[in-house]
Amino acid sequence: MTGGWDWAYAVEILPALWRGLQVTLLATLLGSLLAFGLGLVFAVVQRNRVAVLHRVVWAFVQFWRSTPLLVQAYVIYQVLPDVGITLGSLAAGVLALGLHYACYTSEVYRAGIEAVPPGQWEAAAALSLPRSRVWLAVVLPQAVPRVLPALGNYVISMFKEVPLLLAIGLVEVVTVARQLSAESFRPVEPLTLAGILFLLISYPASVVVRRLERRTGAR
Amino acid sequence: MPAEPMIVFEGVHKRFGDSVVLSDLDLAVDPGEHVTLIGPSGSGKTTILRLLMCLERVDAGTIRVGGRYLSHMHRRGELVPADEKHSRDVRRRIGMVFQQFNLFPNMSVLGNLIEAPTRVLGLSRAEATERAAELLDMVGLAEKIDEHPARLSGGQQQRVAIARALAMRPDVLLLDEITSALDPELVAGVLRLLRRIGDTTDITILCVTHEIGFARDFSDRVLMLDGGRVIEDGPPDQLLREPRQPRTKEFLAAVLEGR
Repeated sequence: MTGGWDWAYAVEILPALWRGLQVTLLATLLGSLLAFGLGLVFAVVQRNRVAVLHRVVWAFVQFWRSTPLLVQAYVIYQVLPDVGITLGSLAAGVLALGLHYACYTSEVYRAGIEAVPPGQWEAAAALSLPRSRVWLAVVLPQAVPRVLPALGNYVISMFKEVPLLLAIGLVEVVTVARQLSAESFRPVEPLTLAGILFLLISYPASVVVRRLERRTGAR
Repeated sequence: MPAEPMIVFEGVHKRFGDSVVLSDLDLAVDPGEHVTLIGPSGSGKTTILRLLMCLERVDAGTIRVGGRYLSHMHRRGELVPADEKHSRDVRRRIGMVFQQFNLFPNMSVLGNLIEAPTRVLGLSRAEATERAAELLDMVGLAEKIDEHPARLSGGQQQRVAIARALAMRPDVLLLDEITSALDPELVAGVLRLLRRIGDTTDITILCVTHEIGFARDFSDRVLMLDGGRVIEDGPPDQLLREPRQPRTKEFLAAVLEGR
């Protein structure tokens, strides 16, 4: 192994790293969609009066938030096949990310829902709107825009946690970087470039979120 | 007078924790009648409206609206507390206008006016829109149909809220201190609108207000509440000018002094 930065090697491995990054981005995108959808369901169920459902969801959220993502990913990938559910690395990884982050996004939604003034619920009740319309037409359109920045922040932290999924064999950008450095005995270029790729995406994303924050704050 | 009043409270009790808000309250309002509730804060006026809206439940007693139980329902020949579906069904005949307007800020004025008629009454979008335009014309805001509530003044918002309640063609309209949050110069326009609605429709109106002047010429009857009971009940000219109860006299003096 020689010291110094080899530009030729760096350029040569970029395409492979880019393919790895695409997997990272895909896992983040799908994981976020799952976390947004599921978190919303958790939050709405917790506002409902069906006590059993409410408690089940509450217990699950508490439990799931108190255990590490890595353990959850292992369980989904390696234990679920024992009960007949076999998932590939990407599917298992997306499910792990989505479930894990749903427990956080549900709290975000809950705060947004609680910020909708009681008068809005009362006006909806006074018009005899069915429950589905109270949620879809009145409450959520007011609650969700307010929490978009907070949701955006979770997307960014999810993006940075995707490399954990190398533990279940997901070939994302850090896995690619490790493979490259094992083949060439040059860890500096692949790992540095992987880090830079994360920075190139995370930083602009956080600027966007901050802008969004300022906009919703000003409203 | 028809045999069955539009609104009947019989022996209604309502408590919040340890404090009794309504105590053995009896009340009857005839169809088309305009009744104003006055009384100090905490006397139970707003609770009466909230019970009618099913935003609260009675602890004892019954409420009937248009001859049907609102608080209760019949099940196997017995009178049991109403479930949500039953309450919603009876409540459909009641509209309410709130102190804080409570327009939906995420919808345009038109959206506010057609949401319930299309979703609850099953009107087509075109029918609901036509009716919304008529109502906006009546409240003098025809040109604001595509505006968002946040861009309207308080008085305009409250007129839209009145139109929204009327769009459901209610038999009963509940008005909860609807001018209290308005700047003084906007109050007159809203009250003028209410007088017009009172004169041109046969809607039963139950109104909580501190506008004594308005209560005097708008109401057929004024009820003075204190401590969760009706302590005085009479035509506005008598009750507001020559109250019989010392508590009513005190209350009116305090209200008039506060202005």
